[in-house]
Amino acid sequence: MTPQKRSHHRLKRAVAPYLYLSPSLIIISLLMLLPMVTVIGYSFQNSAVLRRDPSFAGLKHYQAIFADPVFWASLWHTLYFTCMSVVFHMTIGMIFALMLNSDRINPTLRNILRVLYILPWLFTAVIIAVIWRLLLEPNGVVNSILMQLGIIGSKVEWFSSPETALHAVTFANIWAGYPLFMVSLLAGLQGIPKDFYEAADIDGAKAYQKLIFITIPQLMPIIISISLLDFIWTMQVFPLIWITTGGGPIYSTEVLSTYTYKLAFSSYNLSQAAASAVIILLISLGLTLFYIRYQKAR
Amino acid sequence: MTFRIRPAVLKMAAAAWLLGATGAMADTTLEFTQWWEPELPAGSLRKIMDEFEAANPGIKVTLVSGPYATTRDQISVGAATGTLSDVVGLDGAWVNNLNAQNALADMNPMMDASGFDKAQVADIIKVDGKAVMFPVASFVYPVFVNLDLAAKAGVTKLPSTRAEFLEAAKKMTQADKNQYGWVLPLSLQTPSGVQNDMMSWVWASGQSMMADGKPALEAKPVVDMLTFVKSLNDAGTISPGIATKTEQEKVEEFVNDRVGMMIDSLAHVNLIRKRNPNLNFDLIPVPVVENYDGKRGLPYASWGIGISAGSKHQEEAWKLVQYLMSEKVNAKLVSLANAFPGNVNAKPDFVTSDKAFGKAFEIFKTGYLANEFTGLPVAEDLMTQFDVQAQKMLAGEQSPEEAAANAQKGWMAKF
Repeated sequence: MTPQKRSHHRLKRAVAPYLYLSPSLIIISLLMLLPMVTVIGYSFQNSAVLRRDPSFAGLKHYQAIFADPVFWASLWHTLYFTCMSVVFHMTIGMIFALMLNSDRINPTLRNILRVLYILPWLFTAVIIAVIWRLLLEPNGVVNSILMQLGIIGSKVEWFSSPETALHAVTFANIWAGYPLFMVSLLAGLQGIPKDFYEAADIDGAKAYQKLIFITIPQLMPIIISISLLDFIWTMQVFPLIWITTGGGPIYSTEVLSTYTYKLAFSSYNLSQAAASAVIILLISLGLTLFYIRYQKAR
Repeated sequence: MTFRIRPAVLKMAAAAWLLGATGAMADTTLEFTQWWEPELPAGSLRKIMDEFEAANPGIKVTLVSGPYATTRDQISVGAATGTLSDVVGLDGAWVNNLNAQNALADMNPMMDASGFDKAQVADIIKVDGKAVMFPVASFVYPVFVNLDLAAKAGVTKLPSTRAEFLEAAKKMTQADKNQYGWVLPLSLQTPSGVQNDMMSWVWASGQSMMADGKPALEAKPVVDMLTFVKSLNDAGTISPGIATKTEQEKVEEFVNDRVGMMIDSLAHVNLIRKRNPNLNFDLIPVPVVENYDGKRGLPYASWGIGISAGSKHQEEAWKLVQYLMSEKVNAKLVSLANAFPGNVNAKPDFVTSDKAFGKAFEIFKTGYLANEFTGLPVAEDLMTQFDVQAQKMLAGEQSPEEAAANAQKGWMAKF
């Protein structure tokens, strides 16, 4: 083989992997990178999209967002909504997974529960929002039951009262999202060797000790992975909040996604909406990097 | 098996293709983007377009139809990128933004050149002196009254003034039976309740929320309206869940005998009858302030029409606009839509065949169309801002004067 041919062959070998990757690289660039870069670009323009000759705005839109008290309220609501959702998704998911994995429950009942517990996952966000709006409306079933039980004295406007609205949407989201944890943890539980529990039984360990010293440590990789993913997804929840409260009453359920939507489609301030979207992107990116680092460390 | 195509057949096919292509080239094809087609009986708008094409040889119309929200986004993007359709369906709330983008053609020169009779149209929406939109069909918002609830509550005379309305609402309210006098939808998801259910009280009494082209929310008309709404709320006459209630839920509550009165679009009459055929209701104009006997402003939403400034076929587009605004065609279109006409001479057929529509038509003819949000910049955002302040007021966080002042501050930033 001549040196020229050898060099040509080396080049081909070096290029080949990139050629194999090129279809997916092109698709990712078109579907992900291009829109992201475009939105980042918009956030530095005046009258982005709405004018054919937008001027450079510098950091103006970011400054406007950081100076807006509604943005900070949205950020706080997003954190509350997300943290509460993730914690309760995990707790409820764990309880139900343990229940479905238990030998003490009749297999037929277990199968029925398995179907029932996974139901919320089968509904779309719109259906979930409609269900909870009907249940929690002032004349709805929830108020009626609570009044009959004597827990509340008068009708509560769950979604319409600034005091209860954020808790109500968080509750609806908890109901909608726990099956992800339940299914993942159930799979993890079924993978824990029985020997561990048998050894613990011989040592005289109690149920809660087995849970703390065997089950939870064994499930920890799943718990952390799913929690991080759930955190990223829940931060971006939009339809459930939009349909139930529209970000109100007043600004009590305004989260980053509804805040951005209103900037774009109510105020037609697409530049500021782009800046807000970039801030959400940066927060999500931080969490994603954390997730990737965790995965690599494992 | 093999097929042989004879040269003669090929020649004929080529000739037919050429003929077709030449024919197509000779035609001007107008693109007409709107949200009306899905809301009209299937095929009816296309039929009107076919009749237009027959009356105007050489012009074809392609309908680009979609739901309202999609159309709004499509038009915004089209205006920005210069790809707006030749003819566009418009909502009055959009025209200011579109005009700021120089996306809409001024129809004044077209009207002058064609000798168009301006007196025949109900309204011409102008921004900066440019005629940018005609309301083709108007959906007015009278007060719907549940007559059975009113009779049971001892309301013998339907309210004509705000004070009478408050009294009637109090009488109709029986909270223990989930029955309320009035319903107010102020969901931030669709803040149109500010326009239809709140500002309508101002316009009904011939008043305005503007002064010299600027917001005047701190002036007496708006503060009085807020005070009145607050008094209805304080009296417990408004159905609960105001802050998240949507227009659709408002109608549902009325249909289910849970509220005695609501301000709503006439377009919902058939829906209400379908949902509850036994509901006994009547329509009245929005009540006015004491001692007012002038003409009543009638809130409305409209299907507007305009022409793209970038259209290469403005002459043909104007023909289509004229056609839709002409007496007979307009009457036909609004009859299909259960709306009131954009042409003052057009009389939709339902006003003679249906008592409720007939009565609403009388209200329409004795009053005037009023919607001050039409043509305002970022109208929906203004409604959202007012909505938030109204919600704070109803939650007891501020007085009507403070709500008006805070809304004024927010609005001024947008002007």
